Amino acid sequence: MNRRLFSAFAALALLFAGSATAVAQDKSIVVASTTSTQDSGLFDYLLPLFKTKTGIDVKVIAQGTGQALDTARRGDADVVFVHAKAQEEKFLSEGFGVKRYDVMYNDFVLIGPKSDPAGVKGTKDITAAFEAIRAKQAPFVSRGDKSGTHSAELKLWKEAGIDIDAAKGEWYRDIGQGMGAALNTAGAMNAYVLSDRGTWLSFKNRGDLEVVVEGDKRLFNQYGVMLVNPEKFSTVKADLGQSFIDYLVSEDGQKAISEYKIDGQQLFFPNAARDPS
Amino acid sequence: MSGSLGAWEMIVSGDATLYAIVRLSLAVSLSAVAIAVLIGLPLGAVLALTRFRARTALIVLLNGFMGLPPVVVGLTVFLLLSRSGPLGVFGILFTPLAMVIAQALLVVPIIASLSRQTIEDLWHEYRDELTAMNVGPVGRMSTLLWDSRFSLLTALLAAFGRAAAEVGTVMIVGGNIDGFTRTMTTTIALETSKGNLPLAMGLGIILIALIVAINAAAWGIRVWSEQRAG
Repeated sequence: MNRRLFSAFAALALLFAGSATAVAQDKSIVVASTTSTQDSGLFDYLLPLFKTKTGIDVKVIAQGTGQALDTARRGDADVVFVHAKAQEEKFLSEGFGVKRYDVMYNDFVLIGPKSDPAGVKGTKDITAAFEAIRAKQAPFVSRGDKSGTHSAELKLWKEAGIDIDAAKGEWYRDIGQGMGAALNTAGAMNAYVLSDRGTWLSFKNRGDLEVVVEGDKRLFNQYGVMLVNPEKFSTVKADLGQSFIDYLVSEDGQKAISEYKIDGQQLFFPNAARDPS
Repeated sequence: MSGSLGAWEMIVSGDATLYAIVRLSLAVSLSAVAIAVLIGLPLGAVLALTRFRARTALIVLLNGFMGLPPVVVGLTVFLLLSRSGPLGVFGILFTPLAMVIAQALLVVPIIASLSRQTIEDLWHEYRDELTAMNVGPVGRMSTLLWDSRFSLLTALLAAFGRAAAEVGTVMIVGGNIDGFTRTMTTTIALETSKGNLPLAMGLGIILIALIVAINAAAWGIRVWSEQRAG
């Protein structure tokens, strides 16, 4: 009996040894990032390049921006790579981050059903489109998860002069989930939804959805990266984390970002400044 | 259709990523069940064979905990293991070990409850004999555990099924890190969110097939050893 028990545990140990090769490597960092950078496939492309160059393993936790910042606030990440400047600056002013670096941008697009019940297709004025959706009470899916995209959506309602908390009705579906789930939901309900372009381009279950509004300056979507303050958490791997940040804003990293494409379309546009904000 | 074909092709061609994910899922869930057995079986046996004041309350509680919401267990373990939590110094959040702990917590009540019931039933059958033979409490416990081993297997399988099938806890405490804490269920959730529904479904079918295969193997072992045991 004991021998059988022993061999059972030995088999388990083997399973682990085979599966989790990354465990033994201590040259690794945890990056709290957003679903958009993961779902768009950017990390699958970028991280192997970084690993070849530096030997550092990057473990990505893909969450909404708000949640990613909270993960870092608890000391559970070394670096945050997100897209909601106001939330990032709050994070910095609370002393959780060291410096914020601009890395790249892309844009948000308004996705909607081909039938376009709010009649917004073709306009470049995003706030006019939001007003039309609300006036027609056309179904709209909101992330509702404090993500960067959710922050951007709330800002746009405000700029359209609409108090969304007062205006929301059955047409406004706050789902509290990630970008992909929001797109799936919008597809199933023939609803409008604000999405980052990267996730939309890599999204496979489009159904009757298409881009209805794009190109408004207010749809600009800036990504930034910050090292979690090692003075707050001594466990932060400051050197390894900083080398990841340095790579992202370096000429090599910026070039790699610009070269990532899906179906010939560039997803992210590098715009790192030499000096961090 | 092309996606479920995709999943099928990944099996046949021995796709390394897929096999690593399957291996990790099995390792995590089997370890969790192994740990839960070490805690749950003795707990079940004690509850079945001893009488004390809080016993009934404990039994009811354990029965209720068989339906613990995975997401709550995940959140609890997350808060415990986080760097800002009481066990943060060990740095095990977002590792496979964190997933093992969370799943073990999830299935201890299943093993303890089901084994308590099994052992108690057998105890009614054996009581006179064991009492007449003057067997001590430890001896009783081990006799009953051994003689109910085939029925206890069902408890283990139920526990394994629950551990391997859940996604809420491992997503929260593992973080779904590519190549490190990404399991079958979190991969399915991820592919669904990418709108890759056929691939997600294909992976789902693989997961179900695995769970059925493990149950079939356990059934085979049971039949074989029952025959041997006579």
